[in-house]
Amino acid sequence: MIAIIEYNAGNSRSVYNALNRLNCEAVITSDKEIISTADKVIFPGVGEASSAMKFLRETGLNQTILNLKQPVLGVCLGLQLMCSYSEENDTECLGIFENRVLAFPSDEPVPHMGWNNFTKADGALFEGIEISDDVYYVHSYYAELSKESNAITQYMVGYSAALQKDNFYATQFHPEKSGDVGSKILQNFIEL
Amino acid sequence: MLKKRIIPCLDIKDGRTVKGINFEGIRDAGDPVELARKYSETGADELVFLDITATVEKRKTLIELVERISEEIQIPFTVGGGIKSVEDAVALVRAGADKISVNSSAVNRPELIRELAKELGSQCVVLAIDTKVVKNEDRVVIRGGRNVTKWRTVDWAKEGVALGAGEILLTSMGRDGTKDGFDIGITNKVANEVNVPIIASGGAGSMPHFTNVFSMTKATGALAASVFHFGEIAIPDLKDFLKTQNIAVR
Repeated sequence: MIAIIEYNAGNSRSVYNALNRLNCEAVITSDKEIISTADKVIFPGVGEASSAMKFLRETGLNQTILNLKQPVLGVCLGLQLMCSYSEENDTECLGIFENRVLAFPSDEPVPHMGWNNFTKADGALFEGIEISDDVYYVHSYYAELSKESNAITQYMVGYSAALQKDNFYATQFHPEKSGDVGSKILQNFIEL
Repeated sequence: MLKKRIIPCLDIKDGRTVKGINFEGIRDAGDPVELARKYSETGADELVFLDITATVEKRKTLIELVERISEEIQIPFTVGGGIKSVEDAVALVRAGADKISVNSSAVNRPELIRELAKELGSQCVVLAIDTKVVKNEDRVVIRGGRNVTKWRTVDWAKEGVALGAGEILLTSMGRDGTKDGFDIGITNKVANEVNVPIIASGGAGSMPHFTNVFSMTKATGALAASVFHFGEIAIPDLKDFLKTQNIAVR
């Protein structure tokens, strides 16, 4: 069973539906006990960093997430909150990944919105995925590159399309909105 | 590389698609969910659902429809029409809409854009602008072009972005339904003044029209309805064609 963390910045429903289509049992919850004991956890998110972090701290969900030992997948804002710091309203984040999250420059339209391919896509989540495959993004801030960037995308700058460290996985794009390619990536997570 | 987006638009009334739709392999052309699935499978990059239901009671039908669409398709979709408050928008987003679009309600009360962006994030808020040339000036119109507002189009786009809109869906009323091609002029004027993604709309009639709007403007998306619904342009053919024209598409 996969627990989808419900908090004040979720698009939990879309993630839940995508897992359902893959015949994967899932529950949307903010119950720490259920989250802690689930086989896997998805930490979704659409919204703004500082209010999301404030909510996580006030509810203690931040500690729950940091203590998870099972595979965890952060999505979009979820990825950004798993980094060390976000420029979005000067927010200290969970620090699972050392990367900082920065605002895009303004040479091209922001948000980065639409389908984009990879310049690198390695690791277990990207089994069977080609760098020419497109996935769906919508975000105004990006996680800079580090050794934990196992997938990279280019939009004005090269940045972390996905991060991985130990049991923590994260994607900046929305696998739950990325058609067949996204389904494959979610399936890879389910099979970890 | 970020791809240009091809976006079919479906008009919805009382939970059903409105315009006559002629699509091979569709059993019930009036069912938005079946159409959405068909478009998703044939390579549409996003979908826009525009609810033209007049009555408030029917909003529940729309919510249920959005829930079904979200269950069935795995590409992003925008829902617009009649959203006048944060509550309206939140209900649609909770049901599974990725983005919501506002048009006349934002003209009537611009602060709505700020409220929506604060609650849902700018990436969720599409400002739909209907524009028309009135006395040699690009002006924002509402009610299908019947009412000319005080806003110059470029000024309203800038104001909308300043208030928090994350994307602009720009429909040229002078081109809508003409099949004469997208309105390159106004698309450029708006795209040169704001730094959010622009979806051009109105006038699509042939595949080269899509080449033109993507090569001659900064629009990152192009929206059309009838050419897709009536099968005049099949999305896979359009994508193949655009690739031969060196337009990056998925």
